[in-house]
Amino acid sequence: MQTKRTVFGNRLLPYALLLPQLAVTVVFFLWPAAQAVLQSFQREDAFGLSTTWVGLANYADLLDEPTYLNSLKVTAIFAPAVTALSVGLGLVFAVSLDRLVRGSRIYAALLVWPYAVAPAVAGIMWWFLFNPTIGLLPYLLAAVGYRWDHALQPTDAMILVVIAASWKQVSYNFLFFMAGLQAIPKSMIEAAAIDGAGPVKRFFTIVLPLLSPTTFFLAVINLVYAMFDTFPVIHATTGGNPAQSTNILVYKVFVDGFIGLNLGSSAAQSVVLMAIVVALTVIQFKWVERKVTY
Amino acid sequence: MLTRSLIAGLALTFLSSSSFAATEITWWHAMGGELGKKLDEIVAKYNASQDDYKVTAVYKGSYPETMTAAIAAFRAKQQPDIVQVFEVGTGTMMAAKGAIYPVYELMKDTGTAFDPKAFLSAVVGYYTDADGNMLSMPFNSSTPILYYNKDVFQKAGLDPEQPPKTWEDVEAYSKKIMSSGAAKCGFTTGWISWVQLENFSAWHNKPIGTLQNGIGGMDAELTVNGDLQVRHWTNLKTWQDEGLFQYGGPGGGNDAPPKFYSQECAIYMNSSASLAGVVANAKDFKVGFGMLPYYSDVEGAPQNSIIGGATLWVLRGHGEAEYKGVANFFTFLSSPEVQADWHQYSGYLPITEAAYKLGQEQGFYANNPGTDVAIKQITLNPPTDNSKGLRFGNYVQIRDVIDEEFQNLLAGKKTPKDALDSVVTRGNKLIADFRAAANG
Repeated sequence: MQTKRTVFGNRLLPYALLLPQLAVTVVFFLWPAAQAVLQSFQREDAFGLSTTWVGLANYADLLDEPTYLNSLKVTAIFAPAVTALSVGLGLVFAVSLDRLVRGSRIYAALLVWPYAVAPAVAGIMWWFLFNPTIGLLPYLLAAVGYRWDHALQPTDAMILVVIAASWKQVSYNFLFFMAGLQAIPKSMIEAAAIDGAGPVKRFFTIVLPLLSPTTFFLAVINLVYAMFDTFPVIHATTGGNPAQSTNILVYKVFVDGFIGLNLGSSAAQSVVLMAIVVALTVIQFKWVERKVTY
Repeated sequence: MLTRSLIAGLALTFLSSSSFAATEITWWHAMGGELGKKLDEIVAKYNASQDDYKVTAVYKGSYPETMTAAIAAFRAKQQPDIVQVFEVGTGTMMAAKGAIYPVYELMKDTGTAFDPKAFLSAVVGYYTDADGNMLSMPFNSSTPILYYNKDVFQKAGLDPEQPPKTWEDVEAYSKKIMSSGAAKCGFTTGWISWVQLENFSAWHNKPIGTLQNGIGGMDAELTVNGDLQVRHWTNLKTWQDEGLFQYGGPGGGNDAPPKFYSQECAIYMNSSASLAGVVANAKDFKVGFGMLPYYSDVEGAPQNSIIGGATLWVLRGHGEAEYKGVANFFTFLSSPEVQADWHQYSGYLPITEAAYKLGQEQGFYANNPGTDVAIKQITLNPPTDNSKGLRFGNYVQIRDVIDEEFQNLLAGKKTPKDALDSVVTRGNKLIADFRAAANG
């Protein structure tokens, strides 16, 4: 292996070059994160007029709080559902496109398109489509005898947010699978075909295993996306309703902190979230680098 | 030499500009759309009327966004002079003693003539402390009223000039409307929390909490699970199952107005400040107005309804000159002309007696029937301990709890009694949290 090594004449220069990036990290990540950790040990009124140290009380309260436990449960359904749906669809589209002889570029462009849509806009769009009063989909569903009502039915609401959150992520996954598929040597597939393996067998014994690093990477990325970046989708569609059935962890942090002004609890919740994302990242690095190879 | 004269010159310009220019006053508000335009017009009028002060009004988004922005700004010592806070934020603002400058103190300190008695008692009661001192400046207050579709009433064989008076009427009329095919649903409502629980209770002279609904002190607790409230929520659930009532969603109930505008529902309860929207959207039918319905067998009903909307809070941390300006601006804002204009345009209540009188003299109510329903309803009887208003810490979240439990009720997951019991337990926990944080 060849490593590119640059030797600096001045010992300070490399640090100076790193400084801007470090400054950004400190100011926009480390400092707020430290503040969140600090606040999670305090109880404070909204205006910051009186602050008391409460130790781990904010964390202990979370475990006693039915709405927080509910939010954990909701996230445990929502995040894997979004990941499965968006990764699954991305794979299906990529594989279908790979087999296309003509027009694949046009399809590829169309499939990537939704990724350019802002999450809030995507949320509003799905909200319109599913709106019980003015939406198109409830109208069609009524024709087959299903009364759609995400304003009151938790299952309907969950389906709505999962679809809205997955939709644009499909494009992202599709792109990665496309790249992954192109890296699979055609000769291997041809050899298998000559040996008499049908398309289904070829897919499961050659394509899928060879795609596993991509799949694993996407699974983690999408899980992180579903847990943290879906805030605008929830905000624009259900707002956590009905009866907190779509109130995922990250949305609860926002509601408790910015609407409810309960800063201590909100800070404790974001620290817990931070721990989850750190754990996910560690798993990703350990696995992607070791296990998933061929 | 050159530099020195330059600096001197700069310093001079600076000095002169600060001594001659008007004192700047910032006002953060949550009035978007047509209301925002009207507000800007009022501010422009004030700025043109004198040279000492210049008010800058800044739109900060929704009510919760505006309040949160002001609080964050206060923590960063960048707070505006005036911030518009919605009624349920009152408890939070009041508890922040070091952050707010009570209006009565402001008026006294700046030597501004100010008569709290000039304001409607139903409005002021919401914003005074236990000793009767006014803490914030009323600006836009509304109360829920009943709107109905006269054309549908006619088609259903009902008298289009008679709004339903009681809940029994609402039920009977709704059934008639539906069975005659005049409309698909009887009624819908905005604000389940504000209209179908808080105002419902006040209108029937029933408490929603101890200690005068929390106005009497921070130790108050919720008691909304009374028999009458349970009875009403039971009915709402039944009526929803029968299709008489359609749910308009949590919070303000975004889905409710389209149901009324599209003539799907014939009766609609919402804020008097929805008037402008109703008039603008009810193009194909005539709209009638009425007071909120009540249960005819309940003694003491109808009492009076309570307000919603927002008031203006003054924040500490500014200079004396600025506060003089704020006091001056408040005097302008509550003058009969400004108030009458704002009230007639928006559907908000005229907050002073004088503004109401002015409207009568101008013949506004005679020319625009229905526009005085709100004020008649809010002044129907002298407010009691149950109908002065309400004040609880963390009430913004308690409103969400009410919505959630109502959804549980409609989805069939809880009985009316269980749902209201949960409102009380969860609400009281939030109130206790608030007390703990405020007392340190």
